Amino acid sequence: MPNRSAFWNFLLGRLSMDALPLHNTIVVVTFIVVALGGAALLGVVTWKRQWGYLWTEWFTSIDHKKLGIMYMILATVMLFRGFADAIMMRAQQAIAFGDNMGYLPPHHYDQIFTAHGAIMIFFVAMAYIVGLMNYVMPMQIGARDVAFPFLNNFSFWLTVSGVLLFMVSLFIGDFSHAGWLGYPPVSELHQSPGPGVDYYIWGLQLSGLGTLLTGINFVVTILKMRAPGMSLMKMPMFTWTTLCTSGLIVVTFPILTATLLLLSLDRYIGTHFFTAALGGNVMMYINLIWIWGHPEVYILILPLFGVFSEIVSTFSGKRLFGYSSMVYATVSIMILSYLVWLHHFFTMGSGADVNSFFSLTTMMISIPTGAKIFNWLFTMYRGRVRFDVPMLWTMGFLFTFTIGGMTGVMLSVAPADFLLHNSLFLIAHFHNVIIGGVVFGIFAGINYWFPKAFGFRLDPFWGKCSFWFWQIGFWFAFGPLYILGLMGVTRRLSHFTDPSLQKWFIIAAFGAFLILLGILSFVMQIYVSIRHREKYAVGHDPWGGRTLEWQTSSPPPPYNFAFVPKVHERDAWTHMKESGYQRPLQGFNDIHMPKSTATGVVLSALGFVFGFAMVWYIWWLAAVSFVALIAYAIHHTFNYDRDYHVSADEVNRFEHAGNWATDPQEVRA
Amino acid sequence: MNVIATESTAQDFYCREEPHGHNGTLLGFWIYLMSDCFIFAALFACNAVLGTSYAAGPTGADVFDLTGLAVNTALLLVSSVTFGFAMLEMTRKRKRAMLGWLAVSGLLAAAFVGLEIHEFVTMIAEGAGPDRSAFLSSFFILVGTHGLHVTVGILWLIVLMVQLGKHGLHEANIRRLQCLSMFWHFLDLIWVGVFSYVYLVGVLR
Repeated sequence: MPNRSAFWNFLLGRLSMDALPLHNTIVVVTFIVVALGGAALLGVVTWKRQWGYLWTEWFTSIDHKKLGIMYMILATVMLFRGFADAIMMRAQQAIAFGDNMGYLPPHHYDQIFTAHGAIMIFFVAMAYIVGLMNYVMPMQIGARDVAFPFLNNFSFWLTVSGVLLFMVSLFIGDFSHAGWLGYPPVSELHQSPGPGVDYYIWGLQLSGLGTLLTGINFVVTILKMRAPGMSLMKMPMFTWTTLCTSGLIVVTFPILTATLLLLSLDRYIGTHFFTAALGGNVMMYINLIWIWGHPEVYILILPLFGVFSEIVSTFSGKRLFGYSSMVYATVSIMILSYLVWLHHFFTMGSGADVNSFFSLTTMMISIPTGAKIFNWLFTMYRGRVRFDVPMLWTMGFLFTFTIGGMTGVMLSVAPADFLLHNSLFLIAHFHNVIIGGVVFGIFAGINYWFPKAFGFRLDPFWGKCSFWFWQIGFWFAFGPLYILGLMGVTRRLSHFTDPSLQKWFIIAAFGAFLILLGILSFVMQIYVSIRHREKYAVGHDPWGGRTLEWQTSSPPPPYNFAFVPKVHERDAWTHMKESGYQRPLQGFNDIHMPKSTATGVVLSALGFVFGFAMVWYIWWLAAVSFVALIAYAIHHTFNYDRDYHVSADEVNRFEHAGNWATDPQEVRA
Repeated sequence: MNVIATESTAQDFYCREEPHGHNGTLLGFWIYLMSDCFIFAALFACNAVLGTSYAAGPTGADVFDLTGLAVNTALLLVSSVTFGFAMLEMTRKRKRAMLGWLAVSGLLAAAFVGLEIHEFVTMIAEGAGPDRSAFLSSFFILVGTHGLHVTVGILWLIVLMVQLGKHGLHEANIRRLQCLSMFWHFLDLIWVGVFSYVYLVGVLR
């Protein structure tokens, strides 16, 4: 801070005009694009007078379906951001050879790979799976909403405030360059004195708290709110995976919170948890962060295993093969995922005994996972398989994910890992499972449940384009990284000296370009489908679904089910259809529903201000926002009037106006 | 026969009456406490690993005052007992007695926090602050996190006493009191861990 008066230092902390990256053309152009886009969006909303609608119907809504959709939109926006980072890295690595230093200086490149990783995991993959679980799970168990609807809204807005802190770091100050997990000593104060790591910490603390609350919420919802008759072993597979994922969230996200807290204490008050001096232990951080981090990847993949299970059985027109073994496999994966964290750093030097233990537990995970793959294949065997878009993504997953899993087993061999550790082979491996598993699963799920949410199907032509561009693009982008990794090329390099490697990076960049086409096709798919929504309109059960969410209308009414369903068999909706179930059209009751509230938005906004103030050392603002946060939360507890009734008349109207058409697909099934 | 069977099952696919509301709050809060347990687990793990990293500074035997600790522990454990009395009065619907026991529990906990702050201030004044060594960092943060929880508990207790005074013992308030009660006992349990591991083992090693 050059010669600023004490008053200004008090008022603004360490924030000054220097924090604006005006010297960096790329950031300035990005800022202009984002600002113009944002202004245009806000302008349209204002011009169309939609603020009131958005506020009352969406932002303050505690309907799990609307929150689910908002999570999906948030994740899609962040997918563009994370992918922009990815394509910048690919472009840099394709040209930065020999004398050519590329267009990104190392300082900027490091921020980009950090942001790419953190955003893709926390705000794309997590937001997508939480969105899917939010939308689908309560309907699958025949519930009207989740157990704690207000907390659900609060979780969403906490995630948004975390996203905003990440986005603000683009234009005010800079972002962390310490990698997506913020390893010390690089993330400690003496190596990273700037605001970047602080943005990272506070962004993740806010959204991590939101995720933890979601986890608790979903566990209670599933344990307490299932329709009568739905025992645990009659739950749909997606609900089972949601339960296991939520359980993992509950036992791992507190560790992330604690670890980031300790790092921030090192940075803010000078403790010595992870410092190199005065007894701190860097490996303590790396152990703790991976005790969260490894279960986290299973938190991501398990719900998608559920998605694939639903899709495979629906599109094969058969019960899921080996339901019980699927449940046990999911639960074993959940438990084993907590016992493998050390395989991320076999090179720590913990000795052969410890490494062997973690090597074996890691290999063991492939057994239940393999059982799942066979279950899906056997479900398809002798089924009448329909190759609609959700099924295409599933087939792509079976092929791609299996290969990714096998390279994972290679990495689990500790001596091999000594060579492959931190190489591009590792990068290729985890993209192979995360893209091939999580991303493919998300697109499968979006294509599968979109008609439930909106009453019309997504355009299959652009859906197929998206699938093939992603599928082929993936192998072009990451196949070369496997080869480079085996040659010993390490990750996170912004420049190479050996020109013989360049061809591989060019192929990888071409793959990223294909994936770009895949993402654009997805956007086109959404656009075309909305534009021609009349043409794509479908009934309430377009795929011949098997689980309860297909029983209700598309889109479903706010209360989901006019009468709470009773469940007798595993595929409850199939059983109902086969038993000649007739939809009741009278005798409706008043339905008890929770009221909307602005508290989640207000608390999260205060959380954002608090985070921003902490990043810039604006202590007075941090104190004020923190006190306001507590005060507002207490204020909220004085409101006991939190419910309302949907009258039987209104239910009657909804039930007669809803979309209950049956369509050809169902007849065919 | 067959037709009748089909009909009776067909009617059995939905509940004609609205089912009774579930109460997931206590289970949810219990799960939250278990997740909080993991935060403490991480902090205990840090203490286990860093507990002898004195960096040529003071050791546990140098800085821990076991007499003060005994008083402190007694205060907190007694507050748990008095909170239990408050819960008994709650089930008997005796609001005034319940509020009285709650106030006693709150005061005992406040005395606990006061003593802890005194301990911290003394240690920092002696040059044994959290920035002195990794051992002291882990000590201050683990004990401090527990103390912070107790402070939040006291704040919650005050708010809830106001609400109980205003609205009486209705369903929502009883549920809140049951949650706070779990929180209170949970913090005691954590303290037993802190007391026996951080302090007692701390002076021995």
